Amino acid sequence: MEFTQVWSIAAKEFRDRIRNRWVLAVALVFTAFALVIAYFGGAQQGTVGFRSIEFTIASLVSLVIYLVPLIALMLGFDAIVGERERGSLDLLLSMPITRFELLLGKYLGLAGALAASTVAGFGLVAMLLAAELDGSALFHYVGFMASSVLLGMAFLSLAVMVSVFAADRTRASGLAIALWFFFVLVFDLLLLGALVVTGGSYGGEAFPYLLLLNPADVFRVLNMFSLAEVRTLYGLATVFPEALASPALLASVMAGWIVAPLAVATWRFRR
Amino acid sequence: MTGEAMISVRGVTRHYGTIHAVDGVDLDIGRGELFGLIGHNGAGKSTLFKMMLGLVPVTSGDILIDGVPVRGSDFRRVRRGIGYLPENVVLYDNLTGLETLVFFARLKGVPADGCAAVLARVGLAHAANRRVVEYSKGMRQRLGFAQALLGKPRLLFLDEPTTGLDPEAIRSFYAILRELRSEGVTVVITSHILAEIQERVDRLAIMAAGKVRARGTVQQLREDMALPLTLRVVLRPGVADTVRAALQGLPLAGISGSGEELVLTCPRTAKLQVLDAVSALRNEVLDIHVREPSLEDVFFGFAD
Repeated sequence: MEFTQVWSIAAKEFRDRIRNRWVLAVALVFTAFALVIAYFGGAQQGTVGFRSIEFTIASLVSLVIYLVPLIALMLGFDAIVGERERGSLDLLLSMPITRFELLLGKYLGLAGALAASTVAGFGLVAMLLAAELDGSALFHYVGFMASSVLLGMAFLSLAVMVSVFAADRTRASGLAIALWFFFVLVFDLLLLGALVVTGGSYGGEAFPYLLLLNPADVFRVLNMFSLAEVRTLYGLATVFPEALASPALLASVMAGWIVAPLAVATWRFRR
Repeated sequence: MTGEAMISVRGVTRHYGTIHAVDGVDLDIGRGELFGLIGHNGAGKSTLFKMMLGLVPVTSGDILIDGVPVRGSDFRRVRRGIGYLPENVVLYDNLTGLETLVFFARLKGVPADGCAAVLARVGLAHAANRRVVEYSKGMRQRLGFAQALLGKPRLLFLDEPTTGLDPEAIRSFYAILRELRSEGVTVVITSHILAEIQERVDRLAIMAAGKVRARGTVQQLREDMALPLTLRVVLRPGVADTVRAALQGLPLAGISGSGEELVLTCPRTAKLQVLDAVSALRNEVLDIHVREPSLEDVFFGFAD
């Protein structure tokens, strides 16, 4: 493994996203949405204005769970297939680099861009709300940002996998959208449906663990269990096994969701 | 060929399902040789190129570059000494010319401070800090060529390198290739502009339907094909019949034309005999043009 080459590819990808203002645009989207949610998140309950950090994070989690996977998938779906389609992949592969190094460099560069816009976007909100945040609230907010970055990394890894498997960009974008629908919309419905159909009589104990099979749910669980008040808010405190409340365990599951698709992509790319 | 082969292709086959893109190819390309690979689209030359670069696995057979098996664990070292210009290369629009070269220099693991000189060598020094999106097709092609020259390669693979270049740029391109060859660099080039390549390569191979149909110098190919020569004879007015009569009995493959010009075709072996006979007719003949068969004639003789 030669890190100079990996780094060169990563640096180019990152610089591309800075130059075409992708990072700036996504950061602004995050900031705008987060501010709207912080101030108007309670409108349904008849209040407008900043309420509490717990409430704000709970609302932001619902936003991030839709937005971040979509943005990550759109960022990474053409990482490899795009190079293949334009004809530059052969040139890259004729260089003295391995396919894994190319894939890793691409991933790290894109991950850097996504992390930068996530941290900048939500970080700006934290600064704007600084007056409202005490030490513990800030800690929770940083945890929320970190888990958002992890969520993005996991879906970016899935996107890069798609970009290796797909025959062309059109199919890659279709596959990416399908993954988004599956993990963000369909997966929970399936679990819920299964729970309803079986009346909770079969495997009910195992159900919370099935959430680990979806990085979006891992993200949700991570943010709910870091906040006792949020747990109560969702009425989930009694449903969840204590084992799942460990942020370290959840973060390592998320790390698994980052590594596994990349590993599959590498295996496929080498063939 | 000089010394041990730089590229050695042995019984190489590449199948895509039932399609035999490359079918039992044997080829040796010597060190310091300027070698041309010619064929129609779909003849298999790009696939052969990619197999020689290790980009596409062979279905069967062996390819050695500088004695090292392609796609083996040692090949990464060999790759540092290879420059490649893919056909219709698309570089990155948002980088400048210089940034493009620096990017590829880092991937190759060669010092980036030589990039400006390479850019100057292909005549792009003035555009070093302009983004590639502003480059013309010819400039992009030259930038692609510059990329292939990074790190002083010992072996160059150039796939249709002169596409999009104007005649002046083509001349300076081949001037660079001649310099490289004099430095001992092996160059493998494909082109569909046969007239352009035939004067400039040392040897060539003609591919059709996945097979190498012929190989050698242009001269060897012409002789192997035994293509007839064509003589165009310019006459004084009104002597065509006299001349036709005088040429009776010569081993001509054909005679056509009338009035003030006759076109004779004859086997290569009868060239001097026919020239003697024609030049003996001083009172009737004003001029003689001899046309050697072109590589196009050779090419279409083999590739059909």
